[in-house]
Amino acid sequence: MLDIKRIPYGAWLGLILTGLLVICALFAPWIAPAGNGEIVGDVWEPMSSAHWLGTDNLGRDLLSRMIYGARTTIFIASLATALSFSLGAILGFLAAVAGGLVDTLMSRMADLLMAIPTLIFGLVVLSVLPSNNMTLILVMGVLSSTRVYRLSRAVAVDINAMDFVEAAKLRGESLRWIIFCEILPNALSPLVAELGLRFIFSVLFLSALSFLGLGVQPPEADWGGMVKENKDGIVFGIPAALIPAAAIAILSISVNLVADWVLTRTASLKGGRE
Amino acid sequence: MNRVLVNSPLLKLIAERVALGIVLLFAVSVLIFAGTQILPGDVAQSILGQTATPEAVANLRRDLGLNDPAFVRYFHWLGGVLTGDLGTALTSRQEITTTLMPRLWNTLFLAFWAAVVSVPLAIILGLLAVRYRNGPVDKAISGFALASTSLPEFFIGYLLVLFLAVRLQWFPSISTVYDGMPFLEKLKAIVLPGTALVFVVLAHMMRMTRAAILNVMQSAYIETAELKGLSAFDIIRKHALPNAVAPIINVVMLNLAYLVVGVVVVEVIFVYPGMGQYLVDHVVKRDVPVVQAVGLIFAAVYIGLNIVADVAAIVANPRLRHPK
Amino acid sequence: MTVKATSKLRRDNGLLLDIRNLKVQAVVYSPSEKPREVTIVDGVSLQLKRGKVLGLIGESGAGKSTVGLSPMGYGRGGVRITGGEVFLNGRDILKGGVRELRRVRGSEVCYVAQSAAAAFNPAHRLMEQVVEAALLHGVGTRAEAEKRAQALFTKLRLPDPKSIGCRYPHQVSGGQLQRVMTAMALCSEPDLIVFDEPTTALDVTTQIDVLAAIKDAIRDTGVAALYITHDLAVVAQVSDEIMVLRDGKMVEHGETRQIIEAPRMDYTKALVSVRSIEHEEKEPTPKPLLSVRNVTAAYGGGAVKVLQDVSVEVHPGQTLAVVGESGSGKSTLARVITGLLPPIAGNITFAGRPLAPKLPHRSKDDLRELQMIYQMADVAMNPRQTVRTIVGRPLEFYFGMRGRERDARVAELLDEIEMGKGFIDRYPAELSGGQKQRVCIARALAARPKLIICDEVTSALDPLVADGILKLLLRLQKIEDVALLFITHDLATVKAIADSIAVMYRGEVVRYGSKTQVLTPPFDAYTDLLLSSAPEMEVGWLEHAIHGRRMESAGN
Repeated sequence: MLDIKRIPYGAWLGLILTGLLVICALFAPWIAPAGNGEIVGDVWEPMSSAHWLGTDNLGRDLLSRMIYGARTTIFIASLATALSFSLGAILGFLAAVAGGLVDTLMSRMADLLMAIPTLIFGLVVLSVLPSNNMTLILVMGVLSSTRVYRLSRAVAVDINAMDFVEAAKLRGESLRWIIFCEILPNALSPLVAELGLRFIFSVLFLSALSFLGLGVQPPEADWGGMVKENKDGIVFGIPAALIPAAAIAILSISVNLVADWVLTRTASLKGGRE
Repeated sequence: MNRVLVNSPLLKLIAERVALGIVLLFAVSVLIFAGTQILPGDVAQSILGQTATPEAVANLRRDLGLNDPAFVRYFHWLGGVLTGDLGTALTSRQEITTTLMPRLWNTLFLAFWAAVVSVPLAIILGLLAVRYRNGPVDKAISGFALASTSLPEFFIGYLLVLFLAVRLQWFPSISTVYDGMPFLEKLKAIVLPGTALVFVVLAHMMRMTRAAILNVMQSAYIETAELKGLSAFDIIRKHALPNAVAPIINVVMLNLAYLVVGVVVVEVIFVYPGMGQYLVDHVVKRDVPVVQAVGLIFAAVYIGLNIVADVAAIVANPRLRHPK
Repeated sequence: MTVKATSKLRRDNGLLLDIRNLKVQAVVYSPSEKPREVTIVDGVSLQLKRGKVLGLIGESGAGKSTVGLSPMGYGRGGVRITGGEVFLNGRDILKGGVRELRRVRGSEVCYVAQSAAAAFNPAHRLMEQVVEAALLHGVGTRAEAEKRAQALFTKLRLPDPKSIGCRYPHQVSGGQLQRVMTAMALCSEPDLIVFDEPTTALDVTTQIDVLAAIKDAIRDTGVAALYITHDLAVVAQVSDEIMVLRDGKMVEHGETRQIIEAPRMDYTKALVSVRSIEHEEKEPTPKPLLSVRNVTAAYGGGAVKVLQDVSVEVHPGQTLAVVGESGSGKSTLARVITGLLPPIAGNITFAGRPLAPKLPHRSKDDLRELQMIYQMADVAMNPRQTVRTIVGRPLEFYFGMRGRERDARVAELLDEIEMGKGFIDRYPAELSGGQKQRVCIARALAARPKLIICDEVTSALDPLVADGILKLLLRLQKIEDVALLFITHDLATVKAIADSIAVMYRGEVVRYGSKTQVLTPPFDAYTDLLLSSAPEMEVGWLEHAIHGRRMESAGN
């Protein structure tokens, strides 16, 4: 059983921060003091009791924008992660168990996709696709799935070669039993850790795209887009752009801390009790 | 022993790896071309906008050769690329090659100096982390690594701008470089983007260096050396280093590839006239020929550095250098 | 240099090494618990005179390697010497700090590791590494050291002693590397060499050569040695005295002949009498249970032939031992019988019916009646399943047993393998090595098989534990009337349990028949080599065996 006392401080911090941000995202309309596009004051007002984080380049309440931004960022990144995961893991397991030509073909395809840096390939594709959130999710999900594919294939191939899987095959077990009862339980932990890393990748990728003006399109804004909106203030010494940037950093560090903990637990756990 | 005979399997392996890289590059060119042609966007439509008349669109399609079958256009494009002609930009109607070359040099200039700083720094920090393994130094270094792999480039970039350019006014916030600019001024202009880039790759390179050296230090032959009474320094110099060189070169090359890509966002932050800036501008304008050209060059650099990494690993492996 | 000089001065009193009350501890980091201190060696004392060989013997966890490394002041992976004194040449080396230890290592005391293949640096030529310590500690010039190394290569009967030093480690075979490592230890003319299981990783026919070479080298150079091993028969050949260790404490210490022939302590007696299992050989029956006829098998679509025209039979309720060294094809035979590797020629009949070559084409009864037990019990069980599931699954799968009925049968099976009920909810990680193998046996028995293939089931286990497993298998064979096909490289095991024997060499069966037939002369050349190479627990066996050999070992 999971013992709460044994969770290290870093992982606790990660869990709490991630939890808070997710709550902001889920309940944005109830938490945010002002509306998403509502202009409440002057341009780039400093932090005050009325506007805790000040106002942005159009005079909107930055805190409210941040809370709504959390929603967009986490929503798109989660969907992209979910896509990359289901696609990558299913194909990876299939390749490992099927082997032969199927495996070779899919693996070469993944190699090819990974031979082009993700951001560059993303930009090339986005230059011809319509700019909307659906496109973003699809592009990010597919590009990121190559790494999930590689990992799940490698993990499954390793487990597939173990004697206990051979014993199950000799017993005459079906392919379904072998995948779900023998391989999957042993592959779960590394995959869960990878889930965290893929999510971070999605958040950073989305933020970069939005920052470059190719991600979420105005008037909607994710955190990366908010950095872009407010970046001109930096040269006047106005740090508004740093706030969404810091939020991205905090989100990805928190998830990283949790993923790190899951990973070390996996590495140290030879199986059995959790 | 016959030297040529000893070397030939090694050369064969290297030749294979390079050939594979070239094949991969061709495959990538197909992929980039296909990615911009077959996907549902219509180039002519997007250049002219939704308000354009069907006639105008049809005319432009003809002018651009869009009515030819895709593979004809691909070979036409590829033939141009192989002879140094990257085509014409749709928006500015300028030769892409002439616009691109100075920008390519700017990007390489920036990446080069970032590498000059980050590579030795990463190796030294990696060595320190191994030397004081599990101690406070190691923990601090890996904590920093964890943090900096999670930071978006623009967070680091704008922090640098805010403090070093705006508050302290040590460096310009916008990195302008031009032809004939004095070398030292050019260096000063790229200090901030260079620093941001160093941050981008440093953590990753350090982590991987640490892992590579640790892997070597845990080998049984290190214990043998210790039991011969060698000093810690001699053990590292004579026994660890010859085996760690290959993995370290590998790490460095992989990270240089990463660095060339990381340049895109950093160039936009500092409005640096390089390839990344150029690419992003034209993605926004949907100028497909430029995007294809720049994408291909980025991919070529990336694949090239990966090949160098693999070849270095092959050359440094004594099993391959001295076959049975 | 001064150390060397003083050591020479002290030669007269004859005592080289004097370990007093050694205590060694380590901090164990476990992810689920707080780091805790464990004692690995507790209060061990020993003395060694110049030129004498002391064998340190014990099972895994006995602390024998830790004791063996103490004269070099070295602890592996977080292990620290926390108490006691180690006098070498009259001074306590633990008092002098790191500098002093560095002066001892590679000069007064040298080390020969279990796996020379890993212990040599792949980046340097052998000669460079062999003379390194000698040059570092100033034992002559490079030319002198290399000359000495070549002389040692010759003494250790290495092929091509003049040029073998120019090779890289991966260009030399395992048995040769082990000898080169011995030469490396001898090259700096130390007073003491620590041999840490130097022949354990080698095939038996190679082991005997290396063992003989090491023994001669020790005798001719007059160096003293600590010889660490888990194999009493091996250590009996090379050492003057033997110390038996268990759980970090000394059990018994005496002259080799006394330990082997008249052990005093019960634990030593058990170690000495290992594999002296009483087993009455059964006659072959007219109707064999399994017959393999003219089977040829290959990997890579016929490219690499690993089995050539193999024919063997297993009789109901009897044991066929398939014996051979690495690369003999004995495990491939198991893969062919189980259907994992369909043969390219020949056929197999089982219980009177032909057995489909491919696994998917076999009936559920075929699968049920033919079970398998593996060498590595810990990877043969799913780490995420409890003993209940592991043993219960065949009951569900073959007999449709569920719930209480199944659990009752699992408990019965656990009783049969001499494990109480407390184990039913344990995970494999919570079992000892021997217990894991027992659970695997129970899993095989659950299917009520007619034949169990045992692939090196005892080779990863300590001798006493292995003995327990063998006795259990023989007892179960009587109760369940199950036939065993026993694959092993260990002749002592074969002699203990087999009814008939097949000797395999390079993919072929070179000798096959009842146990008495196979073990009675006249022998073919390979069987002779194999039989004469298996160490026996008697003083002087090695000289006798080397003397009487007809065929050179294949692997060296």
